[in-house]
Amino acid sequence: MVKKIFANIYIYLILFLMYLPILLLVVFSFTESANIGVWTGFSFDLFPRLFQSHEIMVALGNTIIIALISSIVSVLLGTLGAIGTFYSKKRSKRAIEAVTQIPVVNAEIVMALSLTVLFVFLGTYIFRTSIFSFFTLLIGHVCLSLPFVYLSVKPKLQQMDPNLYEAAMDLGCTPRIALFKAVIPQIIPGVISGFLLSMTLSLDDFIVSAFLRGPGLLSGDKSIETLSTLVQAKIKKGPIPPELRALTTILFLLILTAIIVITIYRNHFARNSGIKRKLRRMKNGVR
Amino acid sequence: MKRTLRFQRKYLCIPYVIFLILFILLPILLIIFYAFTDKDGFFSAQALIDFFSTPTKVSILINSVFIALQTTILCLIIAYPLAYFLADKKINRNGVLITLFIMPMWINFVLRTGATRDLLTWLGVNGGRTPYLATLIGMVYNFIPFTILPLYTTMLKLDKSQIEAASDLGATPTQVFIKNIIPQSLPGVASAATMVFMPTMSSYVISDTLSEGKITLFGNSIYISFSNSQWNTGSFLALIMLIIIFLSMLATRRFSREPEVRGGTW
Repeated sequence: MVKKIFANIYIYLILFLMYLPILLLVVFSFTESANIGVWTGFSFDLFPRLFQSHEIMVALGNTIIIALISSIVSVLLGTLGAIGTFYSKKRSKRAIEAVTQIPVVNAEIVMALSLTVLFVFLGTYIFRTSIFSFFTLLIGHVCLSLPFVYLSVKPKLQQMDPNLYEAAMDLGCTPRIALFKAVIPQIIPGVISGFLLSMTLSLDDFIVSAFLRGPGLLSGDKSIETLSTLVQAKIKKGPIPPELRALTTILFLLILTAIIVITIYRNHFARNSGIKRKLRRMKNGVR
Repeated sequence: MKRTLRFQRKYLCIPYVIFLILFILLPILLIIFYAFTDKDGFFSAQALIDFFSTPTKVSILINSVFIALQTTILCLIIAYPLAYFLADKKINRNGVLITLFIMPMWINFVLRTGATRDLLTWLGVNGGRTPYLATLIGMVYNFIPFTILPLYTTMLKLDKSQIEAASDLGATPTQVFIKNIIPQSLPGVASAATMVFMPTMSSYVISDTLSEGKITLFGNSIYISFSNSQWNTGSFLALIMLIIIFLSMLATRRFSREPEVRGGTW
């Protein structure tokens, strides 16, 4: 009993400390003061100011565009890569998996610098001009998330019934159709979790964006600003700008809603599938 | 009749392999090349000599290792009991709590770092006056979810009957903890440690923001050579980082391999 009380106090204390900085921003998003800690009366004014801020909106737009495109590219390359590797010979499989591990264990800054050196090299000796643009940034973000797509699809392939593909072929499918109709539906959960992982990695990234960005996207001729690079430039000079506090509140609410929905859905789903399993067992007369 | 290349499933990985070679392997080879050449592409050990003959550069490396070790130990000390409690079904009934611990990670990390800095400034732990303390708090705050997760998953897999057997055979709770629970959870500790140690050493934003530029870690020095376009120096620093990563992988591999080996012999 004592242990349980102590455990609960400990858990909620750490939880409170972890949320403290975010909650502080959320609370102070309802007042207009320049610094947190100074309360100058309740107001919603920061929210319209957030949406009027051209800078922040451009950065947000860029961040979302890059996250979406890089995740789609990663999912395509990674899923095909995982399927192809799964059916390759043992030696090439081992080599591909070893290389896939590199970006997982590598420090982000090393990867960012190595890609920068590559693009500088290409720019000086081959293209004879700076090639930093949206595409270099995209490649960086794909590098960041590609191995994780591979690693989330791979276990689904291993769990898959190996006879499904053969059965589809026997029933008259061409290899391509068999792949789409028999293999892809089996690994879809892995593909989706790979996509979500790519999105979070891309949305959260600072170093790769800071190293590899060039002009383009919504930023026009200036270097692409993502949310991370914009916030970093701001907090280097002073406290977090008031508008960004409002953004934190919105992000926090979005994530909270997503988590509540997922939890309810999962519990509901788990309960239902439990009942179904029980029913099936009863039907089959197995206890 | 035109013969087309017969479709084989393994061909699907060709784009993936090309991407890996072009953007993962080639850049790393280029880094090694740049680390040992000068501006004109001739062989030179200038970066190496520069690094080891400049005391500040070596001290940055030692300092980073030191801060990374402290962060890792602090994270483990805080997260170990936490993961142990969370793995207890009586305390964390449906696993919602663990989601709550991961949730902060979904808010932009630069924004969170800024928030931590502003909070600490408000509380009087000013980066300008106590850069070291502020950086350490920021690191621990940022990396603790990465420690909780691997520890939690190993704690879930703890062999309960072994623990019960130990206490049945007369071990005191302390003995059970030291002789049974800790050895069983070592793989989780090892992977948690690697999840914190490397990113701390190579982090840029956290140390730069929280110490207000007063503490330069290894990641910061790589960033500085990037912003000054010193590709040779930067590559050499990145190469050192790569070697450290490789060494720590070797060091922790023993722990992460253990369960597999055990499963294989049984």
